[in-house]
Amino acid sequence: MSPIDQAFARTKNQKRAAFIPYLTAGDPNLECTEELLGALVDAGADLIELGVPFSDPIADGPVNQRAATRALAGGATLSGILDLVSRNRDRLGIPIVLFTYFNPLFVCGLGRFAEQASSSGVDGVLCVDLPPHEAAEEYTQALRDRGVDTIFLLAPTSDRYRVREVAAASTGFVYYVSRTGVTGATGELPKELVREAKKLRRRLEQPLAVGFGISTPEQAGAVSKVADGVVVGSALVRTVEEMGDDPELVKRLEGQARQLAEALGR
Amino acid sequence: MTENPEVQERPGYFGPYGGRYVPETLMAPIAELESAYDKQRRKRKFRRRFEYLLEHYAGRPTPLYFAERLTAELGGARIYLKREDLLHTGAHKINNAIGQVLLAEVMGKERVIAETGAGQHGVATATAAALLGRSCTIYMGTEDMVRQRLNVERMRLLGAEVVGVDSGSRTLKDAINEALRDWVTNVRNTHYVLGSVLGPDPYPRMVRDFQRVIGEETKKQLRKQAGRAWPDVAIACVGGGSNSLGLFSAFLDDERVRLIGVEAGGTGSELGRHAARFKGGTLGVLHGTKTLVLQDEEGQVAGTHSVSAGLDYPAIGPEHVSLRDSGRAEYTSVGDDEAIEAFHLLARTEGILPALESAHAIAEAARRAPALMPETVLVINLSGRGDKDVESVLAYDEQRE
Repeated sequence: MSPIDQAFARTKNQKRAAFIPYLTAGDPNLECTEELLGALVDAGADLIELGVPFSDPIADGPVNQRAATRALAGGATLSGILDLVSRNRDRLGIPIVLFTYFNPLFVCGLGRFAEQASSSGVDGVLCVDLPPHEAAEEYTQALRDRGVDTIFLLAPTSDRYRVREVAAASTGFVYYVSRTGVTGATGELPKELVREAKKLRRRLEQPLAVGFGISTPEQAGAVSKVADGVVVGSALVRTVEEMGDDPELVKRLEGQARQLAEALGR
Repeated sequence: MTENPEVQERPGYFGPYGGRYVPETLMAPIAELESAYDKQRRKRKFRRRFEYLLEHYAGRPTPLYFAERLTAELGGARIYLKREDLLHTGAHKINNAIGQVLLAEVMGKERVIAETGAGQHGVATATAAALLGRSCTIYMGTEDMVRQRLNVERMRLLGAEVVGVDSGSRTLKDAINEALRDWVTNVRNTHYVLGSVLGPDPYPRMVRDFQRVIGEETKKQLRKQAGRAWPDVAIACVGGGSNSLGLFSAFLDDERVRLIGVEAGGTGSELGRHAARFKGGTLGVLHGTKTLVLQDEEGQVAGTHSVSAGLDYPAIGPEHVSLRDSGRAEYTSVGDDEAIEAFHLLARTEGILPALESAHAIAEAARRAPALMPETVLVINLSGRGDKDVESVLAYDEQRE
């Protein structure tokens, strides 16, 4: 069992959904990210999604786009982020999943990336613009051979053939995009979400985490009834943006994350 | 890079380039588009409607014009201009826009969106949307909105909503990012009319096919005018690469024809000062396709520069990279200065203001023609007209004085 499998097994035992907060690595700089990750763990995170900033984030809304711009301006690089994971993985004690676009991995070299991700202690990789049919051995097999889970996404537009393909390629968990659209809060979650998530959960062997557009404890609580994990991203990233270099940031983020964790029955 | 050069031809790939690297939400509409396109392109009804609109609405065939005074001035090859600038809306972009908006109609998508750099593709899409009764939103970088102001007003007058994109370099690349975000969000009722031979499969081959008429007409016209159905040299500018592939694709099997693509050399060879992917690009994945990309060592996409908004883009259509690898086409670049000079040259000798994009192709022809024999036939794809660039050229000239 991988650390991600174990994390979901534990939350399942506790009859609750896993809390999976997201932050963009290096926003506003890597030292700050290091502190913020600690705060997320203290607040009750079960897994962490760590965003690798990219210049052209087509799946992200304005909040995460601006975070990526700040991170890149602050000098964040893939190798710097892997170093950060390497320094902190044991201290944090919970699985870390990289949330990334394909190009930085491709340019690094997929074999080399798999090697470095694994030795840094990355537990899973979720590549938002890489469908399984383009991933093949170079990516999926290379990561799995080194014990890193490969997480793929499903969306409201995915038909049953796609569900089958994504299920076959995913380990750790499957990430369900709650609605058609980019990351970020948009008020209401779609009515079909409950039905879709229930249906998918019956079909999948892996745990199902739901993300995109979940920003409040109420929404997180509602989604947790039909999912094995709930991802909250932009709402936390917004706090990082709004607080800037305010010394209260770590405390504020921890408080916000705790409310979300509690809404999931932590 | 661990890319195996012996990769088998996969569907959606040109050699090792191309593919379909998109978020899961877009996999369904892209599959829908692929099946609609593959079905419709074989249907007589669709083909006839497309051809009818190209002829009676857009103004095809466009003339192939023997540029006698330009030929005399350069003193070498016989230069012919394929006059795509005379099409309705002023550039080759209308060929593809009509094709794709017709497909949107067949697929029952009541809304179309597009990105635009120089504004020509935006104007063409807004036009086709008005013609075929679709609502239309165009994304355009705010820097491009300044330098192509006339086209912004044209799109608005045609009933399109023009959304300025203020992120990144505020040019074509960022407009595509924003169009993709719109598509992910409104995927069920919206078709994305991508304007070049870029993006995820099937766009590169579909856009090429809709533009292929340029080369096919050239063939027929040369037979009549030059006594043979092929040129010795065919030259076209390459931003994403749709006007060039439109011309080249009709001659790919004819090794007698030298195919030359011209990229934007901008103001220098450092990253950020040009858009010459074959000079400074490395293999990457941008906007859904694996191709040459101007980027840093971390895989972050670089800024680009060209006086021509339509060539100012960090990636190139994947089929071009494959044509370069096989040696079937060759690629070169022309800088801002030389392109502006070529703009004036064509205006002075032939009374034609070319688009700054097309001026890059004219500049390359001006370099080569003098060294060629007088019986050599050289075709330049004059992909667009220059009205939109008048302000840019005036500002450039003023600055240089």
